[in-house]
Amino acid sequence: MSEQTAGVIDNIADASVASGKGRIEVSHFGLSYASAEGPIEAVADAGIVVEPGEFVSIIGPSGCGKSTLLNAVAGFLKPTRGTVRVDDEPVNRPSADRGMVFQQYSLFPWKTVRENVEFGLKMKGMERSRRESAARTLLGLAGLLAFENQYPDRLSGGMKQRVGIVRALATGPKVLLLDEPFGALDAQTRIIMQQILTNMWQRLKISVLFVTHDIDEAIFLSDRVYCMTARPGTIKAEITIPLPRPRQQSMMMSSEFLALRRGLMSLISEESLKAMSGEVNDDALQGLTIDTHGHALSEMI
Amino acid sequence: MKRAVLMRSLPAPAPAALPSPVLAPQMQPPAPNVASEQSLFRINAIVRHWLLQHRDQIRTLAIGAVSLALFLLSWHFLATYRVSFHVRFTNVPTPVQVFQSLARAAHNGRLLQHVVLSCRRIALGFIIATLIAVPLGLVMGRFRFARDVIFPISEVLRPIPAIAWVPMSIMLWPSNEESIVFITFIGSFFPILLNTLHGMASVDPVLVRASQSLGANEFAIFREVYFPASLPSIFTGLTVGMGVAWVSLIAAEMISGQFGIGYFTWEAYSLVQYSDIALGMICIGVLGLSSSAIIRGIGRIVMPWKTNT
Repeated sequence: MSEQTAGVIDNIADASVASGKGRIEVSHFGLSYASAEGPIEAVADAGIVVEPGEFVSIIGPSGCGKSTLLNAVAGFLKPTRGTVRVDDEPVNRPSADRGMVFQQYSLFPWKTVRENVEFGLKMKGMERSRRESAARTLLGLAGLLAFENQYPDRLSGGMKQRVGIVRALATGPKVLLLDEPFGALDAQTRIIMQQILTNMWQRLKISVLFVTHDIDEAIFLSDRVYCMTARPGTIKAEITIPLPRPRQQSMMMSSEFLALRRGLMSLISEESLKAMSGEVNDDALQGLTIDTHGHALSEMI
Repeated sequence: MKRAVLMRSLPAPAPAALPSPVLAPQMQPPAPNVASEQSLFRINAIVRHWLLQHRDQIRTLAIGAVSLALFLLSWHFLATYRVSFHVRFTNVPTPVQVFQSLARAAHNGRLLQHVVLSCRRIALGFIIATLIAVPLGLVMGRFRFARDVIFPISEVLRPIPAIAWVPMSIMLWPSNEESIVFITFIGSFFPILLNTLHGMASVDPVLVRASQSLGANEFAIFREVYFPASLPSIFTGLTVGMGVAWVSLIAAEMISGQFGIGYFTWEAYSLVQYSDIALGMICIGVLGLSSSAIIRGIGRIVMPWKTNT
């Protein structure tokens, strides 16, 4: 077991911090798509960098193109303008070098937990017995071994995402990309998942690019946070999070955390309003333009 | 005596343990030397638990049995008293007469011959249809060009009932046997093709992207994602296709056969063997039921993730 464990950890570590690799560089990124009313610019001139072993989040109002940016790093989208590079190699197709975790649970329902984790290794051509023991080791390290033979349908949402993260790490990717992975979870589960993810990262030191719209989540997890503007999305600010590591949930009450939160909050709410500009004006923001003083609305009319 | 009771009740817990095959090994501590009384108590508890868990199924089964018995009983009375009110039960055989003719037919092996031959035709036609329709559906679902080429042809041919193919089929194929197999093939082909296509259309794109980001190439995506994701739909198609295959086969055998259960039923009518008519019909019903049960069983084996709930 210990020998295998070491082997698997080496496998992952090799690809990330040990060789000092896993640098993401997106520069002058732009993406537009055609529509009936002419081309629509989703992202314009966005530039980000993730240094090897760094945890970086992108935060922004919904529809600002943060997922688009992440999908381009994953290789699912081609930028209209600019370049996406990982370790100085241009990204042009999805690859196991860039592990991806999706918001929608993306485990294969027809594969057991272990077979899901094995998938990337199978695609690499690893023989059955080796990948089986590698997957078991990984699941054991993540405390999921008891569920190795379960089908995903029987797992809770949090469990599915944990398996999803382990699956993405199994091939030893250079970087890990997460697209609002905890967005569909309830608040309590989300907090636990954040703790698990930060602890996991603490041990792996893999480069992570994390997309979220949750400010607390971004601050809690990240070394740096990029804040994006409303459509067309571009990088509005870059905030370094100087909180000590390892991170604990109790830090979320610290004055340092709250100050960061306040700063990011004002940046985001401005953009959220802009993003909803067509839908929300000053009147709408008040909820109602009249005060009914406790009377039912139907009476007033 | 006690041992005998134990032995007899031992097989019972096996089905009870089945619903949670995954949890069982971890939850049951290894206990080699349990007092027999204690284990008897446990078996009792397991049986009671099983009964409680399957209460709804047991109820359904019981009601079904009673309902079938009532059906047989009313058939018996209608036929024995030769009831005739517009619908004439005058020549309809009673269940007992049918049973007697079953015993007779089973004795001389004639019926079995017909049944075996029909089953062979079904198996051939259905398997060939599956082997062509499923891959074709998968390819049409994945490659737009293939779909654009094949879809119009299939749409024109699809509404033609398999029975309407009988004359054409007799012209096309050198032997009677081949033409009947062809009719069966035609009957099951389109339901299988359409359902496979439907399955391909409903594959979750996130799963495709997930497989790509894990390093899957085009062929691997096909094998590991598109195919298993379409399997539930494919099996729906197989079940429907099997039903249509039987309809087509019986019609074809009645029109142009010299053997087979459809021919047997039609011949019984020509020879005024009324109880054989009912016997043939019941055989067809049982065969149809068992063949769809077989498909469902295969589906359960092939798609373990669907049944493990």
